[in-house]
Amino acid sequence: MPAARRYWEDVKEGQALPEVRVEKLTRTDFVKYAGASGDFNPIHHDQTFAEASGNPTVFAMGMLNAGILSRVVTGFVGRPNVRSYRVRFATRAWPGDDVICRGTVTRRIEKNGEKLIEGELQAVNQKGETLISGSFVAALPSRP
Amino acid sequence: MPVDKSYIGKTGEPVTMHVERGKIREFARAIKDEDPLYFDEDYAGREAGGIMPPVTFLQTVQHWDDGRGRPHVPFDLKRVLHGEQEYEFLEPIHAGDVLTAVSKIVDVYEKPGKRGGTMTFAVAETEYRNQGGALVARARHITIETGQVVKD
Repeated sequence: MPAARRYWEDVKEGQALPEVRVEKLTRTDFVKYAGASGDFNPIHHDQTFAEASGNPTVFAMGMLNAGILSRVVTGFVGRPNVRSYRVRFATRAWPGDDVICRGTVTRRIEKNGEKLIEGELQAVNQKGETLISGSFVAALPSRP
Repeated sequence: MPVDKSYIGKTGEPVTMHVERGKIREFARAIKDEDPLYFDEDYAGREAGGIMPPVTFLQTVQHWDDGRGRPHVPFDLKRVLHGEQEYEFLEPIHAGDVLTAVSKIVDVYEKPGKRGGTMTFAVAETEYRNQGGALVARARHITIETGQVVKD
């Protein structure tokens, strides 16, 4: 979906960003992300290696979840307006898990002549456990 | 291993990163993003001056070079976690750009782990410049080596 056009004046502090949801991650999703990103750490695709490392099975790259979570920001402000994006990884996502991504606008500020919004982000699994907590800053155009 | 502060300040070799349209499409598909900004040249041209890479795309440079670009702290792969990641975007990046990335270890420190053992943190910063020499993005990457094999 293309991002909607949005003006700084129309955004409110405390406003919730539209949710992004990916249901039932698959091992194929991990392999696709491995190919796309070049992250071939075997812990994310090789069952034998994952077990030898003390894990029940392979798990998602944190950056796959972070990529999915970033869509909350780009869907709201549009990719060209993203000024910063920060994530902190909490727990891991396993095959069959959902990745449910949410965000909230926390502050509207003007800085160096730019109209900015700041926000908080969170990705959780289907049990409500936090996969990622994050934050962003975006610049928005002013209403003409 | 005891924390080795001598890694702080270590800089990798510059790595060239061609921002490729096909790789952007593949990456967008992998994060299940259907925004035409990543796929449709005409649309992206009107909206953003050209196809742009997704927010977390710059991460890929970490995996494309043969390792010389990354100043390594020698962590055990079986105990390594990606702790935090941050991107700051200073100028637009488009498909066709040729970026040069330089990474540097800016901090190494230890903390007691919640589940016993000691966790070691390595903080790396990467600066990305485009073919015109402009600083277009900065990334900050925190890697953690846990005291034992990771359990949630």
